[in-house]
Amino acid sequence: MQFSENWLRSLVDTDLDSQSLSHALTMAGLEVEEMQPVAAAFNKVVVAKILSAEKHPDADRLQVCKVDVGLAEPLQIVCGAANARAGLIAPCAMVGAELPGISIKQAKVRGVESFGMMCSSKELGISAEAAGLLELDSDAVVGQDIREYLDLNDHLFTLKLTPNRSDCLSLNGIARDVAAITGAQTRFNAIAPVAAEHAQAKNVVVKESTVCPRYCGRLISGINTAVATPAWMVKRLERSGLRSISVVVDITNYVLLELGQPMHAFDAAKLNGDINVRFANAGESIALLNDQLIELKADDLVIADANGALALAGVMGGKPSAVGDGTTDIFLESAFFTPAVIAGKARRLGFSSDSSYRFERGVDFGNTRNALEYATSLIKTLCGGQVGPVTEVLATLPARDAVKLRMSRLVSVLGISLTQQKVAQLLTQLGFEFDCTNDVFTVVPPSYRFDITIEEDLIEEVARLHGYDHIPAIAPVAGLNMLAAPEQHLHLNQLRDSLVSAGYQEVVTYSFVDESWERDLIGNPTPIKLKNPIASNLSVMRTSLWGGLLDVLTYNLNRKQERAYLFEIGAVYQQQAGTYQETTRVSGLAYGSAKPEQWAAANTEIDFFDVKAHVNSLVGADGLHKQVSYEKAEHCALHPGQTAKILLNGKAIGWLGKLHPKWQQHYDLAKSTYVFELEVDAIVARPLPAYQEVSKLLPVRRDLAIVLDENIAVQTVLSAIHEENIALIADVALFDLYQGKGVPENKKSLALSVLMHDTQKTLTDSDADTAIANLLQLLQIKFDAVLRN
Amino acid sequence: MADLTHLIAEAEADFINSASMNDLEIAKAKYLGKSGSLTDALKGLGKLSAEERPAAGAAINVVKQAIEAALTARRESLLNAEQAKQLAQESIDVTLPARAQSQGGLHPVTLTLKRVEQLFHSIGFEVATGPEIETDFYNFTALNIPEDHPARAMHDTFYIDEANVLRTHTSPVQARYMENALKNNQTPPFKIIAPGRVYRVDSDATHSPMFHQVEGLWVDEDISFANLKGVVQDFLQKFFERDDLTVRFRPSFFPFTEPSAEMDMSWNGGWLEIGGCGMVHPEVFKHVNIDSEKYRGFAFGLGIERLTMLRYGVNDLRHFFNNDLRFLSQFK
Repeated sequence: MQFSENWLRSLVDTDLDSQSLSHALTMAGLEVEEMQPVAAAFNKVVVAKILSAEKHPDADRLQVCKVDVGLAEPLQIVCGAANARAGLIAPCAMVGAELPGISIKQAKVRGVESFGMMCSSKELGISAEAAGLLELDSDAVVGQDIREYLDLNDHLFTLKLTPNRSDCLSLNGIARDVAAITGAQTRFNAIAPVAAEHAQAKNVVVKESTVCPRYCGRLISGINTAVATPAWMVKRLERSGLRSISVVVDITNYVLLELGQPMHAFDAAKLNGDINVRFANAGESIALLNDQLIELKADDLVIADANGALALAGVMGGKPSAVGDGTTDIFLESAFFTPAVIAGKARRLGFSSDSSYRFERGVDFGNTRNALEYATSLIKTLCGGQVGPVTEVLATLPARDAVKLRMSRLVSVLGISLTQQKVAQLLTQLGFEFDCTNDVFTVVPPSYRFDITIEEDLIEEVARLHGYDHIPAIAPVAGLNMLAAPEQHLHLNQLRDSLVSAGYQEVVTYSFVDESWERDLIGNPTPIKLKNPIASNLSVMRTSLWGGLLDVLTYNLNRKQERAYLFEIGAVYQQQAGTYQETTRVSGLAYGSAKPEQWAAANTEIDFFDVKAHVNSLVGADGLHKQVSYEKAEHCALHPGQTAKILLNGKAIGWLGKLHPKWQQHYDLAKSTYVFELEVDAIVARPLPAYQEVSKLLPVRRDLAIVLDENIAVQTVLSAIHEENIALIADVALFDLYQGKGVPENKKSLALSVLMHDTQKTLTDSDADTAIANLLQLLQIKFDAVLRN
Repeated sequence: MADLTHLIAEAEADFINSASMNDLEIAKAKYLGKSGSLTDALKGLGKLSAEERPAAGAAINVVKQAIEAALTARRESLLNAEQAKQLAQESIDVTLPARAQSQGGLHPVTLTLKRVEQLFHSIGFEVATGPEIETDFYNFTALNIPEDHPARAMHDTFYIDEANVLRTHTSPVQARYMENALKNNQTPPFKIIAPGRVYRVDSDATHSPMFHQVEGLWVDEDISFANLKGVVQDFLQKFFERDDLTVRFRPSFFPFTEPSAEMDMSWNGGWLEIGGCGMVHPEVFKHVNIDSEKYRGFAFGLGIERLTMLRYGVNDLRHFFNNDLRFLSQFK
């Protein structure tokens, strides 16, 4: 809501200066988003009349003017504006004037003395651009200060109104709130009924009186629509952000701004029969004033005549019945439509109008007829014509039920103490009707307030007027209880710390991604789609974080990074049978050298097993989660020979692998890229450590090398040993892997360290020999493995 | 028996001339070895008479001890020299850079979320979560924003389908949490914060279509608007480590709180908008079956990116989602 400060001040008698007024509005909940002076700061500019304009003797584009500025003698001024001519009335900056960026001095222009400067609107800071001098009306009084003449000592206020305060969508409404906040008096324009000068009237049939409980209209005939809208009205409209269109439209807009009542004027000559207020009929359409041709829906309320819909009620008028150049008779409408019947209608059509904006928030139904009278008197004054009687159809207006306000509740909700007198005073300032018995106020909200229905609404009003600033900050008093601290459930931050210490940088990427990432990289042809994505490459919800990580990788490689270890923790989104599921994933990407480039270590590229180590420490595979295993698998994003499915207790919890070479090429990556992704829920659960007896006896270690088929996965071998649980063997670990000379083709040699111990007695050599023999037997049977010579 | 004392000087000279342990061993052999001069002399004792033998023996011993002493001294000296040489060889340039390990870092938004959680945890707030694909019901209706309410226009909503949206705020977690708690027979006090991602159809220099909020909710029998101001001010003072920081409330409108306020924070002589808050609206309590006569509550929502920008002086929201490593690594 934008308006002129001076217009507001004409309606409320406040002595606050502009800054204070702005602050007071903001602190009362009418946030002043912007306060702009209508013109730049300048002085000594007056209304002037060019008496003569002669060509400059030495310059083609300059003229030497004699200018009447209201002094005894005219001034000689050299002027370069193309529109400078004898008889023109325009602003003139006198010698000594200070304009934005210019000080006016007596000067010689190409040898001719000049005693001032004729001004454009741009030079006065009224507009950003201007072509030539600002041409003033012929009635301007020569010599008058231009700031006074153009009312430039004014500010444009822009309010950011919340949807509940529809009562402030008018100058009168804002003035009323200023009065409430400051205790000042309003001085609204007096509105008197305009007596009928003829008896012609339109019959109005309101079929839908529950959604249109009040409809007022009247015919005004013989008006002159060709008159120009007076400058004062154009100025107020413009300063409210409305362009002047034609005198009748301007008047209805003016009433809308001052009173908050949307009005509509129909060309009476184009109306046929009764005025009907009804819902649209099936198949009915209307051409709106904005040139939109719309098919009406059954819940669209329309103003219609015998021929069909004339206007979309409360939203916009129709083009065919609009007031135009040839209009002489008009039917003027002022109605109240309920917020519910207007809400969403304009949005459905993809626009918002000043009318729908107000009706869907609530228009003062106590002012419908007044507004009609006000508009009538303005039309009569400006356009002439003969006024007909008012036709009013009145049904049951919205109830304004009394709302109770208990002092006890007020005090406990706000946490401050207010006296009953103070509350009574604030309610009075608001103009609310109330009485008070036994510390309970009973308040009847006025017709212009649609937001006072429960006790809390009144508490807010009281607090607002009392001043939120006067509510102290008080620490709550409450019982002390410790919070749960689950030890078997890691905090996400512990996962983050694990990856950070392994060298990964956390990133945050969008949850919506390019559909092609999902389809091609992740292999998901049916991602959840957004109905209204912000961009086509952010149109579906991700089911993997890899796309985002690769995107961040290329972004940084394009900025000369050579190494990137990245991770993200975030949700992925899946749909199953019409329901949506979200799970949290932790995902990582590693690109570049295993260690930062340095003098102290060789510059080797990262490989699968480096990243596997990071994953292991992330999932706790070296600690409490020994049941983590990896199995060879395939994923469309990954290299088929370097892809592992990660399992915990046999259940798949994620992926680890090298990016498929085709994707490496697609993303133009010079080096191999490794990625992993894990379900967070699966890895944050950690068993509680459980003590086991520590042997007092020393363990025995034997190393052995076995030869077996190269296709047997090492984990299969180690798991088999683990599961067999061979007596005395506590742990078996791989410490070397060898293929080549000395090992048959298609075979590999595994060097295993075998740790044995007995908690009861010291192991003898023969005990150890037996255990090793058992182990070798197992490996022979299961894997056809032999001891290497 | 010949006088052997001259051997002392000779041995000393030989030892000094021995430059290495090996040379020293050879020189030692010359005097003390199997066929060394002193060994020979000792062997010669047997040829002497019993009367001569003690004196001659003692004289040889004196010489032997002197030579052994010289040997020990030389040995130590050589050893010290060798050690000194080894130490010199092992000396390094301690100013060389350390052996570099990768060190990752947290995203600045995470740093803020950690601080927020930590501070609220310290007064007993638990963390609650909710889905990001939220039903229209929880995102709007349960928060007293019925269909076609103009307040819906304040939220530029991403729609998934008729009934589901990307949540436009973290407030739905309020309703979900209270509903769940009551289902599990828990009763107030409820003290939760709900941090997380939220979405709005808006993208320019100061708006991101995805950003982070933290919602706070405290429901109890005796919680007031003044308490809300107290808690928020306490939080901001601790978060920014500025005791002089104050909070200003301005009347505002959110359908799910009443009274509602915008929170401004004093900053560099002016005021900065930092979030919205208010007392839980009775309609919200009604949706989750909490008696609003018995209980009251406050709720607030803060923008995490905003807090992060102010805390670390970041001047452009877009940095957070561009993920430029030159930006992110500043927060290690």
